[in-house]
Amino acid sequence: MLQKTGLGLFLLALLIFTLMLGMDSYVLTPESLAVDNGFHRKEILAQAEKAGMMGKEYSSTFGFCAGFMQVLKDAQASLNGQPVPEGMGEWDFKIGDWKKKEYASATLLKSGAGSVSQHPVLFFFLTFGLAILGGLLYILPKFQTVPGIKNDRIYHRPLTRGLKVGVRGFFLGAVFLSVLVYGFFYQNGDLFWPLVTAVMAAVIVGLVLFYQKQKELHGDRSASPKVTGWLGVFAGLYLIGFYVLLYWLPQHVAPWVTMVSPISEALSGQPASRWFLYGLLYTFIVLVMGVRMIAKYRHNRYQVLRTFSVMFFQACIAFLLPEILVRLNQPYYDFKNIWPLNYSFFFDWNLDNLLASGGLGIFMLVWGIVLTVVGVPVITYFFGKRWYCSWVCGCGGLAETMGDPFRQLSDKSLKAWRFERWTIHGVLAFAVVMTAMVLYTYFSGNAKVLFLDSYSIRSWYGFFVGSAFAGIVGTGFYPLMGNRMWCRFGCPLAAYLGLVQRFKSRFRITVNGGQCISCGNCSTYCEMGIDVRHYAQRGQDVLRSSCVGCGVCAAVCPRGVLRLENAGSDVGSRAEELKVIHISEGEVKLLD
Amino acid sequence: MHIIIIGNGIAGITAARHIRKLSDHRITVISGETDHFYSRTALMYIYMGHMRYEDTKPYEDWFWEKNRIELLRAYVEKVETATKKLTFDDGKEMAYDKLIIACGSKPNKFGWPGQELDGVQGLYSFQDLEGMEYYSEDLQRAVIVGGGLIGLEMAEMFHSRHIPVTMLVRETSFWNRVMPAEESAMINRHMREHGIDLRLETELKEIWGEKGGRAKMVLTNKGEKIACQFVGLTVGVSPNIEFLRFGDIELGRGVLVDEYLKTNVPDVYAIGDCAELRAPKPGRRPIEAVWYTGRMMGETVAHTICGKPTKYDPGIWFNSAKFLDIEYQVYGTVLASPPENHLSVYWEHPDGRNSIRIVYERDGGHVIGFNLMGVRYRHEVCEKWLREKNHVEEVLQNLGLANFDPEFYKEYDEEVVKIYNRQTGKDLQLKRKRGLAGVLQFLKG
Ligand SMILES: Cc1cc2nc3c(=O)[nH]c(=O)nc-3n(C[C@H](O)[C@H](O)[C@H](O)COP(=O)(O)OP(=O)(O)OC[C@H]3O[C@@H](n4cnc5c(N)ncnc54)[C@H](O)[C@@H]3O)c2cc1C
Ligand code: SF4
Ligand code: SF4
Repeated sequence: MLQKTGLGLFLLALLIFTLMLGMDSYVLTPESLAVDNGFHRKEILAQAEKAGMMGKEYSSTFGFCAGFMQVLKDAQASLNGQPVPEGMGEWDFKIGDWKKKEYASATLLKSGAGSVSQHPVLFFFLTFGLAILGGLLYILPKFQTVPGIKNDRIYHRPLTRGLKVGVRGFFLGAVFLSVLVYGFFYQNGDLFWPLVTAVMAAVIVGLVLFYQKQKELHGDRSASPKVTGWLGVFAGLYLIGFYVLLYWLPQHVAPWVTMVSPISEALSGQPASRWFLYGLLYTFIVLVMGVRMIAKYRHNRYQVLRTFSVMFFQACIAFLLPEILVRLNQPYYDFKNIWPLNYSFFFDWNLDNLLASGGLGIFMLVWGIVLTVVGVPVITYFFGKRWYCSWVCGCGGLAETMGDPFRQLSDKSLKAWRFERWTIHGVLAFAVVMTAMVLYTYFSGNAKVLFLDSYSIRSWYGFFVGSAFAGIVGTGFYPLMGNRMWCRFGCPLAAYLGLVQRFKSRFRITVNGGQCISCGNCSTYCEMGIDVRHYAQRGQDVLRSSCVGCGVCAAVCPRGVLRLENAGSDVGSRAEELKVIHISEGEVKLLD
Repeated sequence: MHIIIIGNGIAGITAARHIRKLSDHRITVISGETDHFYSRTALMYIYMGHMRYEDTKPYEDWFWEKNRIELLRAYVEKVETATKKLTFDDGKEMAYDKLIIACGSKPNKFGWPGQELDGVQGLYSFQDLEGMEYYSEDLQRAVIVGGGLIGLEMAEMFHSRHIPVTMLVRETSFWNRVMPAEESAMINRHMREHGIDLRLETELKEIWGEKGGRAKMVLTNKGEKIACQFVGLTVGVSPNIEFLRFGDIELGRGVLVDEYLKTNVPDVYAIGDCAELRAPKPGRRPIEAVWYTGRMMGETVAHTICGKPTKYDPGIWFNSAKFLDIEYQVYGTVLASPPENHLSVYWEHPDGRNSIRIVYERDGGHVIGFNLMGVRYRHEVCEKWLREKNHVEEVLQNLGLANFDPEFYKEYDEEVVKIYNRQTGKDLQLKRKRGLAGVLQFLKG
């Protein structure tokens, strides 16, 4: 009963959250025009007056943006047609295209005049507040049950059941193609990078399929249910829609941003941006779903501590600390975000910003470099990549909290593993090349490296890997293909950590002698799609670069077969095939 | 050479895999149950919705063709050892050079009135699972007869769907033929905590059915009537060897085999649940119907057939199970009613869901067995202690080596040592905590 009420409240909050995008209205006034350049301001006001836009109420972002963009265009055409006055910089007088975008989005945020803008706090409580309350009402009764692993009926629920292979392939293909097509426009009509990406994808598919033809003749142990879980599809589409709006059509999420602005001002003294909205939402989801994770695994201290850890890092280090830094006039900096996941770390504007920010800025720069060069290999040597992926990282934090109900949807086939190795190392190579080019440009001032343009590669990386892969596919695909799509197939930092883990680390999952009954719980619940059973049933320690050390395989194993451990000796020999089978020792030495 | 294996369970499949590793012989695996090998132990998870059937298959479907293991879906009706020929239910025949019988078990039925009604069944095969699924619709109550592991699994299955369950158990406490009293009591408590209606010292007398043939009520030996629409019969299993009855292969309760797992007929072997050892090792039963022995036998027979005759030696006994939320592991010998010279140190958590028992010999002082509830111990370490007959005091002082619980779990090994000290007036200290580095050193030394 309590749980049903909770669910109801949550759905209501979600509904309001969605509908409120259409609930604000917008009026352009001289005060709301966010333009400080005097020339520009005068011209835009004149054009707006001429178009009859001043003081007119628009009931949607669409109408307002269309009208205002036209005004800006006219102003631009008018100014850019005149000769630049003596002694003025060209772009202080003319309106550049990028300025146009900046004016449009800033003005939109200031022009809100409807119910959301008037009652942001009320809307905050109706959405965030209700959702949190509902979520907790749903989750807290779980603490009353007998502790133990409960995944009852997870494969019967329309939200967590997964998709038929065909449906899944359709979504993957459709998203990939749409991203490429949109990317073509995003790159201002430049076909080069979208084409390169398409060719790479074709090569990878070709390699995987060709190799498979040779060896595995047919018939996967597919991860396909009999009936597609349509609620999951719906949830996936909702998430994808959210990311598309957030990344590529941010003007239309203005009401959300307006709603959280008071909080942003309280924290950093600045009005909210879409990134603040995203950070706040992300943090609350991690916190609430973290409580769910703790309720579910409360008999397991490894899980409880790990969940507290990701909740802490998300709330304090990733969200609050940077806001406070901004309030103190210091650079916005997330101390736990490491290159190459933090791909813009070596971008010129970031380096300039850090270098210009005095002692703390220099410290941040050194900290970031030391983490990448020394921190990652050393800590990974001692504990495996889990120290980052399932204890610290924000992407991992979301995957382990909101993503937990979807972990069983990862594909365990050998084919998926092949794809994984190509794509994740491909992204790592892409990140390294991109960063090298950006640094070359930074130091030499030369944008052309061979025949490639470092600005275009970096914008394509941000678009394709940073937004499309990490956001749309990474999170949007939770209910479609599992909660670690990004971490498994895309994250360049995970690839780097993984290489260290595989070849130089004390971490492994040990297997308890001959106790495995091949039941497959471990493989089913491995979010990284590792076929843990394959190793466990032959008594072979698990040493895999992709293992994020979430410990769930060990938690769900009904026979106590698996343990995450660190120790220096014997790593290699214990991971050899067919180590322990209990034919009594001495009698046969196995398979020499 | 053509090797035919009847049965695609763990025993048959392990044999096939190892024969393939060791040789190039032609291998055919026959089963009437499913096309591919799946894990029988995971049947319950399919019903509970934790896993799908596909997830219970330890190998992807392409594995068999790639490894040239031919699969055939058919029931063997007759084995003619004189002409080395099998006959299937559809009348087709197939010739073999060597035959491995790995046909597993079937649930026992003890001739109760009404045991053939609809909605009365055991749980062994995939078809049994489909039956449970079928009868679960509109099920008001299930009665499960028999206090063993499969019965409890069945209870957990229904419980996961909020279907009320009554368990009839003949003994005075659950599984107390195998478990010492304290652990058995712990299981009783835990079942009741989950809301399972556990009735001890109660036996099934009769099952009554509707006109249409569906079960509707059971009558117990105490005269209680319990309305139910499903009756689970889980009173043990026995070898599934009806189809061999009228041949020349010598049968007891199972297929009789020697220490090389050979039957009385040349070129015919038997492994797994259906094999009955003529001369089991001391302290061991002739039929041990568990996963692990099936796997070991499969591997042993593969060596023998591929020209390295190998005696079956199951090593030191171990087993594990899970009672709802309580995991159970055992290494070595832990008897329900121990003889006088078996002493034990027993620690139980105040919550009553974890315990550790170490059994040792009174006079020699060496360890005999470990019984763990809700605590995980390392197989290799316990086995080494048992094999080398280490003294209980040495074991206790190094007990951390055996601890296999996940990181950050509380370690209870110190409590066990304290209890031993209290019992004997000694003053031992725990010298080793949990940790892999020490274990690797210990195992090498
Ligand atoms: C629900 C359940 C849970 C269990 N849990 C555990 C556990 O946790 N731990 C443990 O150690 N053990 C457990 N067991 C026991 C374990 O599963 C068995 O010991 C093991 O599966 C036996 O393997 P096998 O290869 O000997 O035979 P099986 O797995 O029974 O395989 C025999 C196969 O041969 C087929 N067959 C039989 N006769 C013919 C014929 N004439 N023609 C063609 N095919 C034929 C059968 O249909 C079957 O598919 C459990 C058993 C069940 C039923
Ligand atoms: S192998 Fe285990 S610990 Fe590693 S990612 Fe998979 S479930 Fe997590
Ligand atoms: S969950 Fe445990 S028993 Fe089951 S296959 Fe995995 S390791 Fe083996």
